[in-house]
Amino acid sequence: MQIKPIIGLEIHVQLATRTKMFCACPLEFAAEPNSRTCPVCLGMPGTLPVMNRTALEYSIKAGIALGGRIARFSKWDRKSYYYPDMPKNYQISQYDLPICSEGSFEIPKPDGSTRPVGIIRAHLEEDAGKNLHEGLDHTRVDLNRAGTPLLEIVTKPDIQDADEAYSFCVELQRLVQWLGISEANMQKGQMRFEPNVNVAITDGGVEYRTPISEVKNLNSFRSVRLAIAYEINRQVEAWKADHDYTLAKKGKMNFGWNDAKEATEFQRGKEESHDYRYFPDPDLVPVTVDDATLARLGAEVGELPLARQRRFIDTYGMTAKDCEVILADRATSELYDDAIAQVADAKLLTKQFVGIWNHLASARQSTIAGLGVPQVSVVELAKIVADGTISASAAMQVAEKLCEKGGSALEIAQSAGLIQERDESAMQAWIDQAFTENPQAVADALSDNPKKSKAAPGFLRGQVMKISQGKADPKLTGELIEKKILSLKC
Amino acid sequence: MSAVDQVTAALDRIKRLDPQLKCILRTQDAAAPIKSGDGLLQGVPIAIKDNICTHDGITTCGSKMLANYRSPYDAHVVERLRAAGAVIVAKTNCDEFAMGSSTEHSAFFPTRNPWNPECVPGGTSGGSAAAVAARLVPYALGSDTGGSVRQPAALCGVCGLKPTYGRVSRYGLVAHASSLDQIGPIATDVRGIARMLQVIAGHDPRDSTSAHEPVPDYLAALDQSTGKLCIGVPREYFGDGLDPEIRRAVEAAIETYKSLGATIREVSLPHSKYTIACYYIISTAEASSNLARFDGVRYGHRTANPRDYIDVYSSSRAEGFGPEVKRRIMLGTYALSSGYYDAYYSKALKVRTLIKRDFNEAFSQCDILLSPTSPTPAFKIGEKSDDPLAMYLADIYTTSISLAGIPAISIPCGLTASRLPIGLQLMATHFGEVRLLQAAHQYQSATAFHTATPPVCAE
Ligand SMILES: [Zn+2]
Repeated sequence: MQIKPIIGLEIHVQLATRTKMFCACPLEFAAEPNSRTCPVCLGMPGTLPVMNRTALEYSIKAGIALGGRIARFSKWDRKSYYYPDMPKNYQISQYDLPICSEGSFEIPKPDGSTRPVGIIRAHLEEDAGKNLHEGLDHTRVDLNRAGTPLLEIVTKPDIQDADEAYSFCVELQRLVQWLGISEANMQKGQMRFEPNVNVAITDGGVEYRTPISEVKNLNSFRSVRLAIAYEINRQVEAWKADHDYTLAKKGKMNFGWNDAKEATEFQRGKEESHDYRYFPDPDLVPVTVDDATLARLGAEVGELPLARQRRFIDTYGMTAKDCEVILADRATSELYDDAIAQVADAKLLTKQFVGIWNHLASARQSTIAGLGVPQVSVVELAKIVADGTISASAAMQVAEKLCEKGGSALEIAQSAGLIQERDESAMQAWIDQAFTENPQAVADALSDNPKKSKAAPGFLRGQVMKISQGKADPKLTGELIEKKILSLKC
Repeated sequence: MSAVDQVTAALDRIKRLDPQLKCILRTQDAAAPIKSGDGLLQGVPIAIKDNICTHDGITTCGSKMLANYRSPYDAHVVERLRAAGAVIVAKTNCDEFAMGSSTEHSAFFPTRNPWNPECVPGGTSGGSAAAVAARLVPYALGSDTGGSVRQPAALCGVCGLKPTYGRVSRYGLVAHASSLDQIGPIATDVRGIARMLQVIAGHDPRDSTSAHEPVPDYLAALDQSTGKLCIGVPREYFGDGLDPEIRRAVEAAIETYKSLGATIREVSLPHSKYTIACYYIISTAEASSNLARFDGVRYGHRTANPRDYIDVYSSSRAEGFGPEVKRRIMLGTYALSSGYYDAYYSKALKVRTLIKRDFNEAFSQCDILLSPTSPTPAFKIGEKSDDPLAMYLADIYTTSISLAGIPAISIPCGLTASRLPIGLQLMATHFGEVRLLQAAHQYQSATAFHTATPPVCAE
């Protein structure tokens, strides 16, 4: 018996526009219930929707990034169903002319390769409000969320297992954040998932397909992985118990997810399915996208995170861990990409990003780019370490000051007395003092004992650093010590 | 008359005459101070159909569902009127949610025709048309989906305009059928229509379907020469079912235009026979969706003791809506249901395109089209209320204009032997209001039908 899971995803992403999809109400999480509403999003009689152009542009950017075809002509449709959190009892959505169709999105595999997942469509719609069932004999309705722009992305059933679904969701989150079109914050419900799962079972040369389960409203990556794994297992077991448990006989079913039990729960079958009575919304005009808009948005999308990661690995020799830090967000990766052109030593810059800058960013709960240190200062700091003007350890202090006050890295190093001394006569005096004060070490350096003669110069260098209060250039100090030992040997 | 006097006079007339006519659902707060200014409608008392939102008082749409509904805002047209100095003195009766042709479908009471109180004033803007006919107010606003301004104007002997779709913002007009609805003015003469249109026309960013088209000076245009008019007469609008008295009056109007130098030409609108079916599929489909929001959850009538939230919907709607509204919601829901969509709604949209094409073709041969507004004069109250289909046929000459989205006006062109008014309908191309009003004004300059007043005015 062979088992092949067939998995597709429907993902809702809330777009981070300033205002709602069809009215001017601000988008705001956790505001006083019903305080972010107006006659339009409350569905008051006589009101009319007006499209938020920014939401449209955000969804076009997503469509471009998902490798899809952008509809030059699309329209709005009404999807009818009654629910207390739906003020008009229809949702404005896109039915047969979605803004994006037929895309393909690359997701990373554990071995470092990538795999494309087909995108059927991505369309824009408005979110509903929230019903608050509080164990009362009535339901409270909060319509702050009603009218929030939502991008619904539907994949082909290309996904092979729960882990792949997981990495699709993670990569998609990175993409929408990268594009700046969504915060995609799970806790705020800004990204919600609905996997469609069934299994192709081949037994005795015959293929059986189990009924498709749609698991509704998952709001974490973890629950996506668990729910899919649970469904695959449940469906195989159900089929084993009853070979009539097939798609042809049972159709499609809806399930919920119980996070406490880590199990799916049956909600409804195909016979209870809705007739949404879609028809074109006569209150809105069709949407056309011209060449100039498409070109401008395409340029704004630019290089996608996974492609940039591949380039950074190939060109700058980054490790997976480096990528995690430097490609965590678009602005940081761009700061790095711009800086590297002016810094000869890629490894050094990478090290400073992963070490110094990342440390400072996490301490401030910010991104590296969010520290606000200008590119010119980032470049300058890398340069003065590379040419030995300051030591690698002094760089942290300078970086800290750059975050706090800004200014020139070199001037900060100067006023903090962090400039390394490289004047040979000044250094010679410190070296002579170290030799005088440490005769035993000098003797060891000159001895035939290889262990001793090898360790002694390092010790002497430490002494010089101490005497110079860290100002001596460690590289130059080492060279001058070697020279002096050699001259004493002769 | 001063502004205060005009308003006081209107309110006095309403008090005196409306108890027998029942045009008015409510008079608006008369205590509000009347501002001075130089607006185009400074101090002019105006009545507004009760499906247009006003932030003061109640907006019922003629329905029990909204019997106590207070809109939080003014409709765009109401803002415009107030800004021009007008005083909204009353909200007028109408068929529930603007569905009907007689104002008998008001949840509150039927309105009576000022020319004969036994007869209907037409609908759905029957209250507005009757109020102007009885000279309770000089001007009123109605809304026209399939003829709801023009047909009552015809039946009450006043002028009523349906502007081009998109000419006037729909923001604040409670939707019946969004792709057909348009607010229109009612007045005793074309000059009054032009004055009102001047104030309410123009783009509104809150209505995506409102046009960016510039607003010409309609009033000034009335006094300019129309040039030589070519008037098309669609032969399909003079077929069976047209009352002979109306036919004679409209033919007389054609003669009048000839005597004024117009060229008359017969034209054809070959898809006219599909108009009523097409109109009722599209309008009921849109209405079934537009009226879904009246569910008892946020505003409007809510049933007293619901069993659960489904019952909030079903009982609130069962109690709040009247039979004609329910009939249309059911028709429209059916037309949009999966499996029927292609056969009905989708096909109706195609027919609509053909009807538009008919008009384009006709207007390539003439400037203005001319027809009767209604196939019959005002009928008796109760006469058609048990026969929905007969009622739907009252719209036979007005619905195709709505489907095409073009402007049309109804003006008085005579009285029947039993002294009931007859309406003449003139139509123009998209945004052709200037030509339309000029043509109508030319007729009124040569005739006096619009000056006749109903008997109630003698009281
Ligand atoms: Zn709003």
